[in-house]
Amino acid sequence: MPSADTNAIASDLKLMTAIRSADQTAMAVLYDRYSSIVYSVALRVLRDTGAAEDVLQDIFMQLWRNPGAFDASRGNISAWLAVIARNRAIDALRRRRPENDIEDVVVSVEHDLVSEADRSRAMDRVRGALQVMPAPQRSALEMAYFEGLSHSEIAGKTGEPLGTIKTRIRAGLLALRKVLAA
Amino acid sequence: MNVHEQFAEDLALYALGSLDGAERQALEKHLEGCASCRRELELLRGDLSLLALTTAGPKPPARARQRLLSAIAKEPRAPHASEGQQHSWWIAFGWPALRWTAAVALVIVGIGLLRQNSTLQQDLTSLRAQFSDQRSKLEQANEIVTTLLDPDALRIELVAAGNKPQPRGKAIYQRRNRNLIFFASNLPPLPADKIYELWLFPANGGAPIAAGLFKPDAHGSATVVNPPLPQGVEAKNFAVTLEPEGGPHEAPQGTLVIVGVGE
Repeated sequence: MPSADTNAIASDLKLMTAIRSADQTAMAVLYDRYSSIVYSVALRVLRDTGAAEDVLQDIFMQLWRNPGAFDASRGNISAWLAVIARNRAIDALRRRRPENDIEDVVVSVEHDLVSEADRSRAMDRVRGALQVMPAPQRSALEMAYFEGLSHSEIAGKTGEPLGTIKTRIRAGLLALRKVLAA
Repeated sequence: MNVHEQFAEDLALYALGSLDGAERQALEKHLEGCASCRRELELLRGDLSLLALTTAGPKPPARARQRLLSAIAKEPRAPHASEGQQHSWWIAFGWPALRWTAAVALVIVGIGLLRQNSTLQQDLTSLRAQFSDQRSKLEQANEIVTTLLDPDALRIELVAAGNKPQPRGKAIYQRRNRNLIFFASNLPPLPADKIYELWLFPANGGAPIAAGLFKPDAHGSATVVNPPLPQGVEAKNFAVTLEPEGGPHEAPQGTLVIVGVGE
């Protein structure tokens, strides 16, 4: 009997296949499944519901126009959408043209994120890791990720040397990986 | 993962989109030729996607769904729509218009092909990187296996000083993939018409499962690699018995030679 994960993967792949065949109902199902991920990432970055809705609309329209942009071999769809949402929201925040096409984004996640329960478990661990992370480390990581600041901008904002910012960001990422691998 | 340490911090920044200037250029140049750093970059982006997913919570308002579905309905991707459209244009504008339309269509197709080519090139680069990474891992694994299985390799077992070498074995079992590697040493020479047989003892207390017949070499050493085993059996122990030649046997009946003592 196939597991819940296998069913979820098969279901996502089936949806994407249907969307490639211009099935509008499949697009609605995909939206219902993943719109809250895209919206909440965009809202976290932009802190504006209208702007977050625009990012949401933009991403799902691009996926509709170019469903081949998501290649299952390039990663899990929820992680892929989260990264695209973050990138698009940062572009909107910084009022710049999108730097990457959605099909250029490759995300390699070595954790099960297929079912909602898997995602919830992984998120609890990441949130736990963020809570125990030294405040300057977490702050540097969040400024870079959710505000889209370059390391030199973070250094300018915090008054810390560039090298310190680099080291903190990397240490923060390694701490995340460690807690996920545990 | 052999990430070049001098680029490790820059890779993290690059994954975040926070690296700029000359450092960004230098890293991009390095990434072109370094499969392991490219792989690390993908993993970093994966880690960061989990950071993005921690924001999960608020749901978009219902109007956003309606807005999207309306927009999609206005942009149906009917596979044959372009054919019908071209036909009506021809009737409406005649041959000169058709020639211009064809020229424009050719330019559009050309741009599309260029774009597709660029995407294929990127895919190819990514596949090459993955292939190179896999090949390197495979070569390492091959070297290890070749050394372990080489009958000419020198095998010296170290025991407490003054002790006579005793028959020993080591079973390495991976239930998930049914992989079993077993090494034995100092086994006594086989009597006529006899053979050694390896047994897997299931953790659920079920009957022992035959896991390979083998004969030691002149030094008493032997190896069993991936014998046929049923799927998903959790093992609690392994043992070797001396059995009549032939088999595999239904159950161990001969003399017990060595038995596992746990990890």
